Amino acid sequence: MAVQTLPSVARSKSVTSSHVSTMIDVREVTVSFAGFKALDGLDFSMQQGELRFVIGPNGAGKTTLLDVLTGKVRPMHGSVRFGKDVNVLHTPEHELVKTGIARKFQTATVFNSLTVYENLEAAIGFQDTAVQLFTRLSTARRERISAMLEKIGLTHRAHVRAGILAHGEKQWLEIGMLLVQEPKLLLLDEPVAGMTRQERNRSGLILQEIAKDCSVLVVEHDMEFVRNFANTITVLHMGKLLCQGAVQDVQNDPKVIEVYLGGHATRSH
Amino acid sequence: MTNLVTLNLRRWGPFTLLMVALLLAPLYLSDFRLIQLGKFLTFAIVAVGLDLIWGYGGMLSLGQGLFFGLGAYGFAMYLKLQSSGGKIPDFMFWSGLKELPWFWAPFSSPIFAIIASILIPALIAAILGFFVFRSRIQGVYFSIITQALTLLVSIWFVGQQAYTGGTNGITNLGSAQLFGKSLMSPEAQHGFYFATVVALILVYILCRIVVTSRFGRLLVAARDNENRLRFLGYNLVTFKVLVFALSAAIAALAGILYVPQVGIISPSSMGVVPSIEMVVWVAVGGRGTLLGAIIGALTVSFGRSFLSESYPNIWQYFMGALFIGSVLLFPKGIVGSIQHLYERWVRRSNNQEMQPSPVTTEASSPEIIVNIQPSQAKGQS
Repeated sequence: MAVQTLPSVARSKSVTSSHVSTMIDVREVTVSFAGFKALDGLDFSMQQGELRFVIGPNGAGKTTLLDVLTGKVRPMHGSVRFGKDVNVLHTPEHELVKTGIARKFQTATVFNSLTVYENLEAAIGFQDTAVQLFTRLSTARRERISAMLEKIGLTHRAHVRAGILAHGEKQWLEIGMLLVQEPKLLLLDEPVAGMTRQERNRSGLILQEIAKDCSVLVVEHDMEFVRNFANTITVLHMGKLLCQGAVQDVQNDPKVIEVYLGGHATRSH
Repeated sequence: MTNLVTLNLRRWGPFTLLMVALLLAPLYLSDFRLIQLGKFLTFAIVAVGLDLIWGYGGMLSLGQGLFFGLGAYGFAMYLKLQSSGGKIPDFMFWSGLKELPWFWAPFSSPIFAIIASILIPALIAAILGFFVFRSRIQGVYFSIITQALTLLVSIWFVGQQAYTGGTNGITNLGSAQLFGKSLMSPEAQHGFYFATVVALILVYILCRIVVTSRFGRLLVAARDNENRLRFLGYNLVTFKVLVFALSAAIAALAGILYVPQVGIISPSSMGVVPSIEMVVWVAVGGRGTLLGAIIGALTVSFGRSFLSESYPNIWQYFMGALFIGSVLLFPKGIVGSIQHLYERWVRRSNNQEMQPSPVTTEASSPEIIVNIQPSQAKGQS
């Protein structure tokens, strides 16, 4: 039973350390849909620069947690803070993005009628006022878009309408759109769903690469993927935090084993 | 450089030609047809504004007739006061009013009348839009709400006989004097014709600037996927309210130009049916092209005029067939279909010039490959 209780550790660190501070602090959050408690008094926290995996069986509240963090769902009670001074519960969705929270949806979501370049252009101007949106994009920003196109491997497709991209290309594009906004926290909802093992491995390396620049929170179903790439895991079960800690510790936790029936049951899809 | 020239030529060429033809129209059209054309050009202005929000923004407003009508009523109030020469308007007298209602009084100033006729519809659109868009009402529900408001106001106008002229509307504007000329004089009518063409040019340029800006591309993005845009950090309410109010102001401007050329405004010109007709103009001309809106408004209006002159009894069947046919056979509309053909022709001639085209689509070893395969359909997360 070496499972750490990370939330308290994170909190105490944020007071003492000047380098590492708390990125997300969720306390006693309850969300219920028509009587069903999707989140039930959840405590969750994450530090700056962390790559954190959240796992749990179906209905554990993983996606609801992302919904709460992005303002899409407002909890009945509890508090959610982002960084030092953002009260997530009292900030509109679009303002939350401006404070640095970016979210990748589960299915690739891009603007089909716009070109690949224009998709990135739409993303990069997110801090602009209505008047500024009538001005041309600055050279610096155009270069950032070019660099991102290079990074996501879509330079040769820059002026193709996003609607005709292959599914995988759309996924890269959407991640590019988020990264070009230089977020502080990137939320990914099951990024490797439907991938081969090889692709999953590559994606894991990429996640670790992205995590050098910003904090990343990954909701994942696939235990093997999590085992290979996670440092710290949070396990949710029935809207509550079941346990949290390093991979081995979590893996050997009897509660987790019980919930996951050995940890292999969800790999069947 | 030559690329830029051809691009600008393609973008502005057809529009410029059309506008030159319109400016020279007094030279080759009879006065009857010219007045008719002037009226149809006000329709074209509405259509351009509607194309902005529908063709680009995906908001199908069935309330453009309302904004058009309000603009027309506002300017008709001025013309009515002007032609009544200090007395209260005839229909008010018949309805038993002794004094001019307070809200009519400021409309004796032409400047006030024009400004109010544009700002009031824009404000109504902004307020309606604010509540509708804040509640995230989209698609067909937005259409129904705008249509309901249009119906409501037109019925209300019919009921307020003493203040609006009821079913007849505001009539007998012919004796109004503008710049010392009678409203119905050829000089005044020519003046209104040119004012309409100039207004159309300015509105078109304004809308072209909007849709070619980053703002315009975000408008298209909002049509594609509102959620993604919201979670990229944009406040869609402000965004959509702005564009909706702009299109309402454009419709109102058209109404202002419509009244003096037609000499009457009544609830039947601002109700549900005209609002739907406006949608038909844009659909026939080609959505999301701006130029198509102009072509559509002119084609449908002239078609209707010729058909009703030639086949007074059965012309409506022809119109019906035209609409059904154009929607079934040319869903992109007139301009959209021509663009499509043009692009195909360009591609074909390019292919003939070049060698069997080198495949440029091979991936240049991307640094990041998040190679996600078509994810299996998942019921939930």
